[in-house]
Amino acid sequence: MAEAHITPPRLTLRRITKIYPGCVANDSIDLNIEPAEIHALLGENGAGKSTLMKVIYGLVKPDQGEVLWDGMPVEIKDPAQARKLGIGMVFQHFSLFETLTVTENIALALGDDAGDLPSLAKRIREVSEKYGMALNPDREIHTLSVGERQRVEIVRCLVQPIKLLILDEPTSVLTPQEVETLFVTLRQLAKEGCAILFISHKLDEVRALCHNATILRAGKVSGECKPADESSQSIARMMVGDDTPISTDYPKVLREEPFLQVSGLNRVSDDPFGTDLHNISFSVNAGEILGIAGVAGNGQEELLGALSGEDQVENHDAIHFPHGAVGHLSPRERRAAGMAFVPEERLGRGAVPDMSLKDNALLTGFLTGLVNRGMIAHGKTREFAEKIIDRYKVKTPGTEAHAESLSGGNLQKFIIGREIMQNPKLLIAAHPTWGVDIGAATAIHKALIELRDKGAAILVVSEDIDELFQISDRIGAICHGRISPIKPTPDTTINEVGRWMAGDFDEVEIKA
Amino acid sequence: MDIDLISNILYAMVRTGTPLLLIALGELVCEKSGVLNLGQEGMVLMGAVAGFVAALLSGSLILGFLLAIAAGIAMSLLFGFIALGLNANQVATGLALTIFGTGLSAFIGADFVGKPITGLEPFALPLLSEIPLLGKMLFSQDMIVYLSFFLFAAVYWFFRSSRPGLIVKAVGENPHAANAIGLPVMRTRYLAVMFGGAMAGLAGGYLSIAYTPLWAENMSAGRGWIALALVVFASWKVERVLLGAWLFGLASILHLVFQGLGFSISSNLLATLPYVATILVLVVLSRNQVRARLLAPMSLGKPFHASS
Repeated sequence: MAEAHITPPRLTLRRITKIYPGCVANDSIDLNIEPAEIHALLGENGAGKSTLMKVIYGLVKPDQGEVLWDGMPVEIKDPAQARKLGIGMVFQHFSLFETLTVTENIALALGDDAGDLPSLAKRIREVSEKYGMALNPDREIHTLSVGERQRVEIVRCLVQPIKLLILDEPTSVLTPQEVETLFVTLRQLAKEGCAILFISHKLDEVRALCHNATILRAGKVSGECKPADESSQSIARMMVGDDTPISTDYPKVLREEPFLQVSGLNRVSDDPFGTDLHNISFSVNAGEILGIAGVAGNGQEELLGALSGEDQVENHDAIHFPHGAVGHLSPRERRAAGMAFVPEERLGRGAVPDMSLKDNALLTGFLTGLVNRGMIAHGKTREFAEKIIDRYKVKTPGTEAHAESLSGGNLQKFIIGREIMQNPKLLIAAHPTWGVDIGAATAIHKALIELRDKGAAILVVSEDIDELFQISDRIGAICHGRISPIKPTPDTTINEVGRWMAGDFDEVEIKA
Repeated sequence: MDIDLISNILYAMVRTGTPLLLIALGELVCEKSGVLNLGQEGMVLMGAVAGFVAALLSGSLILGFLLAIAAGIAMSLLFGFIALGLNANQVATGLALTIFGTGLSAFIGADFVGKPITGLEPFALPLLSEIPLLGKMLFSQDMIVYLSFFLFAAVYWFFRSSRPGLIVKAVGENPHAANAIGLPVMRTRYLAVMFGGAMAGLAGGYLSIAYTPLWAENMSAGRGWIALALVVFASWKVERVLLGAWLFGLASILHLVFQGLGFSISSNLLATLPYVATILVLVVLSRNQVRARLLAPMSLGKPFHASS
């Protein structure tokens, strides 16, 4: 009973239920957050975290259940009212206006309390300094880095009196150093009495930061715990349930028959801020996974562009398939020769956001008999899409759902599934599990290993070094557009690859 | 060329540019909020016929202008209901509005074709209108032209330093983000659409009550479309809308000037100038992708569903 508390909880949710056509997003969820508490909301993609958070912030109306704020029942009708209560929210996909300045962005959210812009700019400076988040109020958003944009979102919540701060996957876009800074800020805020709801699926971070955790699975509360007392494994078990394997060690293999050979690849980047490629040489053997590590912006995009055929290279011989040079071939011709490609950007490159899954399946699958004399075979295409959804457990109402309606992890499973189902001889995958939760990541890894064991050559470019060590048979790194030596994974260490990622390697070694 | 001739050309330029300026200012506000209303032409014609009929029957020019504005707003509300309320495709709805307005205005005005009224007289401001060269252009015009100066300044200030202006820009750039921080997306868009309707209606009234005080079927002669091009030409910047409106105004009287000077160039050819200029501007703008993306309201023409 709320009355029994001397100070009632800051926020209490009772039996919140929200049903969407085709799925129960939230099924009778209870949640309690005390003042000064950092509370984690954990769960896989599609477990109902986002919906619950939108209920609290007034973006979604629950079908049932009640919300108590400081012990009093409230109905939060819209975000404006949520903000009036003292609820602030930092979105995963930032809700900022790119052509406006930091100050203007914050003024918009504050409403009439904003005052005039110069004095608001001063307040922004003060707040950002107090919490150690440097910000220039006069900059336009499109000139800011991702980390800086997040600061704008946080500062936007902090310039008002705040009692509950909700952060949706705040660390997925940050470097490890930025994450540390963010945690310092959050701890300071909590000390001042602000309650914090931290939504994440990165368990180490949750264990380091949060006092309590509520775990959701398939729309229901599947567990509550003090994260510091639990292991990442035990929390992960509550998230994914008993029947999903969490992680496995995969046997490493050594193969010698190259499928993709890159030799002396040089390329000047089209992007003025891009990285030029210098004398890149490596090969990917049939039946193995080659992992390329590297910090973003070291030439990965340029390398992937050249390999996928999005950009053709002048020296045709620099990229070789077994049947000959392919450097001058278009993506379609390379696909016809057995290549498949999973780009980094899911929406816009891997899939067309406002096209159905069925149509998206056709986009790269058309070479596998989905087009009959220039006419689309709709039945076959739908079957193909259904098979992908079924085989890779994509959570979606069906093949007619738009690609943009899927969560990141689900869409990635669909895209990777689409490529693998075409039985490629060469799969090039960029950041295959970026922003994807454990269950989906494990499923993607297993699919890659299965494809490898069927004899396909696989190239994985990723920033996640743990992932590369887990699945790669051989591993190397890219830095400043140059490639490091490549060693069988068992013969190297994370430290050594880390040094390669920082550019600490001798190019002569490559020839060996 | 003597100074009187230049002074007269400038005078005619502003007079001809005024309806373009009014329509384009309205459309600019509308597009800044993310709504593309291609129904300008229809709204202008409805404004023109309503204003003319009201002025003719009541004998009051002011009542004529008020009714012209009301007709424009009514038409824009129809657009708003379909494109915003029912989330229909904005382009299709706008085109339908133009076709509807053209037909309905011809129907309403059928009995009034060729009837004379005493139009709005110019009102020369004392002293100021005596300024050489610019005096006639700026200070010997009628009240609606003066009003267009004022409206231009108001819209300029609105976007430059008012909070509602900021909200309109935000809603046009990212309605989902705007909704997430609690801005009234729908209300903002409705108001912007209504402002666009009011301005188009006023421009229509100007045509039938002041510019050529009579009603003729389809008398707007494509000005709604030119104004749409003008907004793009101005790359959504208020000050360039003024410049563009007068430039386009100049382009449409050039054939008269050339005739006066003894050249003969087809007036039809000259009438294409605004469109050619717009295409050139589009080409120049789109050369830099990043800048092009930042100029146009990012969510222009995209329907907004609050729940997602």
